[in-house]
Amino acid sequence: MTKPLILIDQVFKWYGETLVIKGVSFNLEKGQKAVICGPSGSGKSTLIRLINQLELYQKGNIWVEGILVHPDVVSSQQLCQKVGMVFQQFNLFPHLSVLENLMLAPCWIKKYPRPQAKELAFFYLKKVQLEAFAYKYPNQLSGGQKQRVAIARSLCMSPEIMLFDEPTSALDPEMVKEVLDCLLELAQEGMSMICVTHEMGLAKEMADIVAFMDEGVILEMSKPQDFFYSPKHARLQTFLEQVL
Amino acid sequence: MELINKNRQKRKKLFSLFVSFLLISFLGLLGFFILKSLWLGTWTGEAQTCRTSGGFCFSFLREKWRYILFGSYPDSLLWRPILFIFSVILGIFFSFFRFFWKKALIFYYWIFLVLFSPLFLWGIGGEKVEISLWGGLPLTLFLSFVGIGLSYPLGIFLALMRRDGPFLLKYSSIFLIELVRGVPLISLLFMASVMAPFFFPTGMEINKTLRALGAIVIFSAAYMAEVIRGGLNAVTQGQREAAHSLGFGYWKMNFLIVLPQALKIVIPPTVNTAISLFKDTSLVIIIALLDLMSTAKLAVSDPLWLGMSFESYVFVALIYFAFSFSFSQLSKKVERSLS
Repeated sequence: MTKPLILIDQVFKWYGETLVIKGVSFNLEKGQKAVICGPSGSGKSTLIRLINQLELYQKGNIWVEGILVHPDVVSSQQLCQKVGMVFQQFNLFPHLSVLENLMLAPCWIKKYPRPQAKELAFFYLKKVQLEAFAYKYPNQLSGGQKQRVAIARSLCMSPEIMLFDEPTSALDPEMVKEVLDCLLELAQEGMSMICVTHEMGLAKEMADIVAFMDEGVILEMSKPQDFFYSPKHARLQTFLEQVL
Repeated sequence: MELINKNRQKRKKLFSLFVSFLLISFLGLLGFFILKSLWLGTWTGEAQTCRTSGGFCFSFLREKWRYILFGSYPDSLLWRPILFIFSVILGIFFSFFRFFWKKALIFYYWIFLVLFSPLFLWGIGGEKVEISLWGGLPLTLFLSFVGIGLSYPLGIFLALMRRDGPFLLKYSSIFLIELVRGVPLISLLFMASVMAPFFFPTGMEINKTLRALGAIVIFSAAYMAEVIRGGLNAVTQGQREAAHSLGFGYWKMNFLIVLPQALKIVIPPTVNTAISLFKDTSLVIIIALLDLMSTAKLAVSDPLWLGMSFESYVFVALIYFAFSFSFSQLSKKVERSLS
C-alpha cells in the first residue's frame, strides 16, 4: 500500500478551554480530492489550517507525505513546498503587482533567479487566464480574479496538495463560476486537493471523498453518490435538506 | 424642511464670511508689520542706527549669520558644513521627485547623510575638527538626521519585538519604550550629559555631543516604535497567514510583506515624530551644546548688539520652518503617490 499523502490520526485541538476538533481521523491518497462541508463553526476550517501549521493541534498526529507536522519537526519552509493554501479573503499582497505576488515566494524561498521565476509566474497566470493582468495591482481586480491570482500564487510553489478554505464564500454569485472552473481544471490535472466549501455542486462534480463535519467531529465520510443520495446520519440529512 | 435647510445654509455662509474676515484682517495686519519693518529696515550701519530706525535690523544678521549658522566651526574649513547643509537640502529636493525614488536615494540618506557626513564634518583624512566645536545648523541637522536615521530601524526592531518577540526581548523592549516615554527628553539629555560618564569604564570617554545623540536616538526610537506598532497591527492577520503558507519565515515575512504595508500606513505619524524630533534637538541647549537655537541666543547676548533678539529668533524660526514644512510636504507627496 502506498503512503497516504495526508494522514490525520485522532487529532484534538483546543482554543483555550474550548475543544474544537474532537479526535478527527482522515486520510487522503495522492491525486484524491476531498470536499469537507458542514455548518459554520463545525471546525472544518480549523482542520485544514492544522495541516498547514496555521494552527497547532494539542493531541494526535498529522503526517504530510510521511513527515510529521509539528513545529519541532518540520519548518514552515519545508511544509510550504508540499502544501499550498487558498483563503476565503484571497490575502493577496496589496503593495505588490500581480506578477510580483506570484514571483515573491519562488524568488525568496526557492531562490529561483528572477527570469525563471517570471517565466513560472506567467505559466500559472496563463493557466488561470489572467496573463493580461500581470502588471495590475490586486485592488484593480474583481473578487473572482483575485481568487484566481491567489490560486496561481500557491501553484507557483508547486505544491503536492492544495488546501482551499471556502474559496468562493467571499465572492459575488456571478464570480463563483470562474473560480469553480479553475478548481475543476486543476482537479482534472490530477492535483490532490482538500476543499472546505458550501458549494455542493463542486463536491458532486470533482470530489472522491466528501466529509461532513459537525461540532468538531467528522460525522460521515463517503463517496459523493452515497453522500448525497443515501446519507446515513440524521444530522447530515437535515443539513442536505437545507442546502440542496 | 426646506426652510430649515435654507436657514442652515445661510448660517453656514455667514460663519464662513466671519472666519474669512478674521483671517484676512489677521493676514493684513501681519503683512503690514512685515512691510513696515522691511521698509524701515537697516541694511547697513551699526547697532545704534538699528535701534533708532525701528525696523528690521539686517545689519545684525549680516554681522552674525555666520556664527548663528555654523557656531565655532573654524572659518577656514567652513566649506565642509556648507557642503553638508547643501547635501541635506539636495537630498530633500531629490526626494520630491518620483523619478528618484529608488534604492539609491535610501542609500544616499542612510550611508551618506547618516553615516558618512559626520565623519566628513569631523574631517576624515584631513584637518580634524573636534565634535565639541560643531555648532549651528550643521549640529542641528547632524543630531536630527542621524537621530532619525538611527532611531527608525531601532524603532522597527523594538516594535517587532514588542509585538511578537521572545519573552526576554519582548519585555525588555516594553520596559525601554514605557520608561523612555515616561520621562521628558530633557531628563534623558541630562542623564546622557551628567550621569552617563559614571557608567563608562575608566579611561573611556565619549564626547558629550555623541552622548546627547544617543539620548535622542533612544528617545525617538521609543516613539517611532509605538507609531510603527500601530502600523503592524493595522496589517491584517490574513497577510501573515498567506505569507506563512507560502513558506516565509518570520523575518522574511516582516521585511517583504508586513513592514512595507505597515510603514506606509503610518507615514503621517512617522513624519510627525520626525518633525518634532527635529525641533526637539533644540533642547540640547540645556547641556550647553551650540545648536542652531543656542547660537541664535548667544548671538543676541553680544554686548555690541544687545536687543536684537527679534531678528535672531525670526532668522532661525524661518530655517526651522523651511525644513519642517518641506518634511510635511514631502510626506504628503509620498503618501499620495503610494496610495
